[in-house]
Amino acid sequence: MSLGSVPLKYKVTIDREQCMHCMRCINNCSYGVFHREDDRIIIDSRKCTACHHCISMCPRDAISLQERPVDYRSHPLWTAEAREDIINQARTGKIILAGMGNAKPYPVIFDRLVLDACQVTNPSIDPLREPMELRTYIGKKPPRLEIDKKDNGDIEMLTKLTPNLKLETPIMIGHMSYGAISLNAQLSLAKAVEKTGTFMGTGEGGLHEAIYPYQKNMIVQVASGRFGVDINYLERGAAIEIKIGQGAKPGIGGHLPGEKVCQDVSCTRMIPLGSDAISPAPHHDIYSIEDLAQLVRSLKEATEWKKPVFVKIAAVHNAAAIAAGIARSSADAVVIDGFRGGSGATPKVFRDNVGIPIEAAVASVDQKLKDQGIRNKISVIASGGIRNSADIAKSIALGADAVYIGTGALIAMGCRVCGQCYRGMCPWGIATQRQELVDRLDPEIESEHVANLIRSWTLELSELMGAAGINSIESLRSNRSRLRGYMLDEGTLDVLQVKPVGA
Amino acid sequence: MKKVEIDAKGMHYTPLNKMIREAVKNGAKEIILDNVIGQRFIADGLKGDVTIRINGVAGGDLGMFMNGPTCIVNGNCDHAPGNTMDGGTIVIHGSAGDAVAHSMRGGKLFVEKNIGYRGGIHMKQYEEDRRPALVVGGASHAFLGEYMAGGLIIVLGIGQENPVMDRGIGSGIHGGMIVIRGEVKDELLGVGARKMEFGEKELEMITPYVEEFCKHFDTEPSGLLDTNYTCIVPASTRPFAGKYTWE
Ligand code: SF4
Ligand code: SF4
Repeated sequence: MSLGSVPLKYKVTIDREQCMHCMRCINNCSYGVFHREDDRIIIDSRKCTACHHCISMCPRDAISLQERPVDYRSHPLWTAEAREDIINQARTGKIILAGMGNAKPYPVIFDRLVLDACQVTNPSIDPLREPMELRTYIGKKPPRLEIDKKDNGDIEMLTKLTPNLKLETPIMIGHMSYGAISLNAQLSLAKAVEKTGTFMGTGEGGLHEAIYPYQKNMIVQVASGRFGVDINYLERGAAIEIKIGQGAKPGIGGHLPGEKVCQDVSCTRMIPLGSDAISPAPHHDIYSIEDLAQLVRSLKEATEWKKPVFVKIAAVHNAAAIAAGIARSSADAVVIDGFRGGSGATPKVFRDNVGIPIEAAVASVDQKLKDQGIRNKISVIASGGIRNSADIAKSIALGADAVYIGTGALIAMGCRVCGQCYRGMCPWGIATQRQELVDRLDPEIESEHVANLIRSWTLELSELMGAAGINSIESLRSNRSRLRGYMLDEGTLDVLQVKPVGA
Repeated sequence: MKKVEIDAKGMHYTPLNKMIREAVKNGAKEIILDNVIGQRFIADGLKGDVTIRINGVAGGDLGMFMNGPTCIVNGNCDHAPGNTMDGGTIVIHGSAGDAVAHSMRGGKLFVEKNIGYRGGIHMKQYEEDRRPALVVGGASHAFLGEYMAGGLIIVLGIGQENPVMDRGIGSGIHGGMIVIRGEVKDELLGVGARKMEFGEKELEMITPYVEEFCKHFDTEPSGLLDTNYTCIVPASTRPFAGKYTWE
């Protein structure tokens, strides 16, 4: 017997009273939900992904969308999702691919942490009238400075400093490769980080020529596939990042399907047109922490020790011990990507089940590095699921030097987190290589949106700091006494080294 | 032709590479490194038209990211010579460790004797001018040519009965070709790899590489230029297609 069809995920309706027959929805939907028969717009709701492009473009607010219009018999264990995944796999015998980050309703630790503010005993600071220091340096800091005092009173610093990245705000944009996202999307992000004095990652897709003008704001990534990696690429970047793992899929590699490898993607990644770009699960020249140190040093040696090297790992159970190993490898920063990190395409079982939350990972990494007296050897960058300035403030108070944002920056360009990135038809022109869709995204406009987001969060961050009587981001870093846990269990509070509310 | 000699005895790799870069900048065409004993990263990221003769044992990642130079090693090599190399030539008068030619995208790498595990892993090619080749005179250990996305690996098996006796040959291969002297047992092939008939056309293709190998190591190609090879190619260019279904 046939399994038949599963109920609709979304139901789209048009308020026919409101509709003015402009036909914009037909043109806007890249999935083909709408078509015209004579004078009537016919709706095929099954094709809908809830990307909201039609809704955002409808001049009459005539379109409505409802999630799961058909009820299942309710059951706390056998959710609709559990049932539908089984039906899908019974049909196909395959691994389920999904987009965007972890979609399971795990409790969000950020939402159970509250920040502090000054009352009476020490005054809060108004960022309008007092300088607020948000400038952040990423890289090694010397444990002490050796200074030579000359007879004439001049002072000479004898300690040789290692190169650091100078950020005007502790917010960077994480790695989203050209290939996974469109060139216009990457260009928008690049313009935005240039405007705001910060940095972004290239992802593992190489560096397209169009991005060269922004190379001084780019962190070039070296992943296990080594796509687009050559000496010129390494020399162009402001810093280099070795990608070991990704929060959305710890422990596995990636495959960019051949359909997404168009002429331009092929040149940038330096692979043949239309071929699958396969990134193996491990780097096959790294089978140990010593090998990682060797790769870090090989990158430093190739670029004459002029560039900081970051190492990105997924937040996993032993993240703290791994980060301590990385801190001893000559690396300048460790990026911890939490289990809510985004991704264009991830096996769902990984996305939803592997890894740990960024809050716990950052706190334990910071603590471990301090316990071992090596916190100054390496900067810590928190990544994965950062939604607002409060998440940033909390990440820094838990021990991060800076954060990477990803999905947040995409939402600033239109993304509605529909989670269909892997299909390459993103109607917002972000996760697609189809020219007609890519053209929808204007880098001049979208870069301003992304820059605005970074500016807003930077403003809010300085307000939050001011309210807490803190005028420098360094004083917030790892300042867990300014956090309290609300309804967090004792074990988690212990890992976070945070007291409960009221204590 | 400007020749520069450097005594590497007791030297750390960073000052050594600095001296090499400096010499290249000053127009050296030949650099001789004596007393090399395990220094890593020699010629790492080096560009230009220069021949570096390395007397001794080269450490890991010789010629990594290199584009252009020729490195001739009179001795063995530690792991991953030619790692992510873009162009140029490496000639090793001896054996090399694991992950030889890892992710190599261009240029040629000749090993006189044997290589360790994961030789030629994830080699790839790009356009006409970036077609890397790894030629091994002796034998190779397991996982040869895994995830290979392009380029050519030849294992000549000189003085060996079975030059590749370990498993995992070409697992996940989706481009390029592995050529091994003699017969290779089916069970040694990795998932996604298949054998293809080695005929006159293939012989013609490998001949210039075999001849160049023989020139470097001063041997006779005649005994190697026949069709007694096994050719291993991808079963599909899309090994991971068909593994997934959408949410
Ligand atoms: S975009 Fe809105 S107004 Fe225009 S045809 Fe569609 S539903 Fe009607
Ligand atoms: S990038 Fe596009 S496809 Fe991906 S979630 Fe956002 S809107 Fe959907």
